[in-house]
Amino acid sequence: MKILVPIKRVVDYNVKVRVKSDNSAVDLDNVKMSINPFCEIAVEEAVRLKEQGHASEVIVVSIGTNAVQEQLRTALALGADRAIHVETDAHMESLDVAKTLAKLVEQEQPQLVILGKQSIDADNNQTGQMLAALCNYPQGTFASNVAISNEHVHVTREVDGGLQTVQLTLPAIVTTDLRLNEPRYASLPNIMKAKRKPLESMSLDSLGITPKQSLTVVKVEDPPVRSAGVKVADVAELMDKLKNEAKVIS
Amino acid sequence: MSVLIIAEHQNNQLKVETHKSITAGLALGDTVDVLVLGEHVNEVASEVSNIIGVHQVLVADHAAYAHQLPENSAALIHALSQGYTHVLAPATTTGKNIMPRVAALLDVCQISDISEVLATDTFKRPIYAGNVIATVQSSDPIKVITVRCASFDRAETGNNAPVVAVEQVIDNALSQFVSEEQAVSERPDLSAASVVISGGRGMQNGENFALLEGIADKLGAAIGASRAAVDAGFVPNDMQVGQTGKIVAPDLYIAVGISGAIQHLAGMKDSKIIVAINKDEDAPIFQVADYGLVADLFTVLPELEQAL
Repeated sequence: MKILVPIKRVVDYNVKVRVKSDNSAVDLDNVKMSINPFCEIAVEEAVRLKEQGHASEVIVVSIGTNAVQEQLRTALALGADRAIHVETDAHMESLDVAKTLAKLVEQEQPQLVILGKQSIDADNNQTGQMLAALCNYPQGTFASNVAISNEHVHVTREVDGGLQTVQLTLPAIVTTDLRLNEPRYASLPNIMKAKRKPLESMSLDSLGITPKQSLTVVKVEDPPVRSAGVKVADVAELMDKLKNEAKVIS
Repeated sequence: MSVLIIAEHQNNQLKVETHKSITAGLALGDTVDVLVLGEHVNEVASEVSNIIGVHQVLVADHAAYAHQLPENSAALIHALSQGYTHVLAPATTTGKNIMPRVAALLDVCQISDISEVLATDTFKRPIYAGNVIATVQSSDPIKVITVRCASFDRAETGNNAPVVAVEQVIDNALSQFVSEEQAVSERPDLSAASVVISGGRGMQNGENFALLEGIADKLGAAIGASRAAVDAGFVPNDMQVGQTGKIVAPDLYIAVGISGAIQHLAGMKDSKIIVAINKDEDAPIFQVADYGLVADLFTVLPELEQAL
């Protein structure tokens, strides 16, 4: 079976982002960009399922300008077989992304689509669930374990207060949580090999998708700053402050 | 404006996230209905009818909605959403699972994790792990929203709203519940507790979290952990406070042996009072703490337990 893995190019998780002085957007000029960490976990899971003999092909896809080809090559170096680049410079909300992916699901007919549960820039946590709705597929979100058996996939999910396991009929959508796996590093020979793996480009228009643009960012700003308080010398002073100054304990 | 809110409950216990989402709902419109979805949820429904501001409670009580699996739940919410201007759920793992599916069925964008209502179409929400606050405006006919509950007060009780049964059953059999492992604890839930004490990498191992338990018992506190402590395998992931874990805003937050990485701060910096205990006086946690104690936690924790 085929596994489709959509990935997103985002600001590297180590970068401390800054808001532009006119509050119009976050300043992304000259900052390091990477594969969204949750998407990297998705690539790793798909490659492991292939190595275990459950999958025949791992296809990665990314939507955006030509710059996303860098992340697609990285995913190929991690073990994906081929890549699809959907080219656009439009701003895409999760629903637009899900609609685009639904078209590719129709074309490629994967049995499993594995996505990161959220991107670390917009923090939406929507695309996988939306794709599942559009395809009318079952979904296993926030996965910490994925096990395939015949026509089903068992997904163990990280939920509030513990873990939940569900059985989904294939084809299905899975979104990854942090503890699903630890992604490997791409070796130099694999990075070289990735350069020769197939990467197909297509325009967003050719898939018949026009971004909906019903959600507008009015402005962005820094969060309110919390100022440092005082240092206390010992437990006695701390207790005194909590009781008599903050009045949070009696 | 009429608002539909999806109630949060677990094992047929109503969760405080429902009360907080109702507060967010009342900022949007006068008519706030609440949908309780599950199996054997009549008690939850009557509890919801007690919350002030609730216009009516809709109850979908059927085996098809047990465990609130998203395929059936989202299809039902989609069917019920006609006539509402806003559909809200708490940004819990249940709400996050179901609501984008509802939004896609309605062909609208979802607004995730709102922390403030500015107008019926305009909201604040944190992005970039809480390092940036975005103001977003939606032109969709129905706004599908998840609510960052730590940013809203809980609605009070003292009401008797009518309870109406929803007869519609949607069972598409795409997914099945297999099993659940819930952490059993006598302590309050992390996201509902008024006091939280969390341990970080400085705790050195899982056994040492016992040092927090005595203090938690005396304060009626929930116990949390930093991602570093979870990644190191000290404690399970459901204890994690931070951008990728639980977002908390208790009256008192005590951070023990936690350096204060951005991703942890994103999960607790809205707490009313923050206490930090750390032996490294340059730890970033002290920059947000109201009271900082530079000391070895293994000396200080037993002292603190005794002093309480």
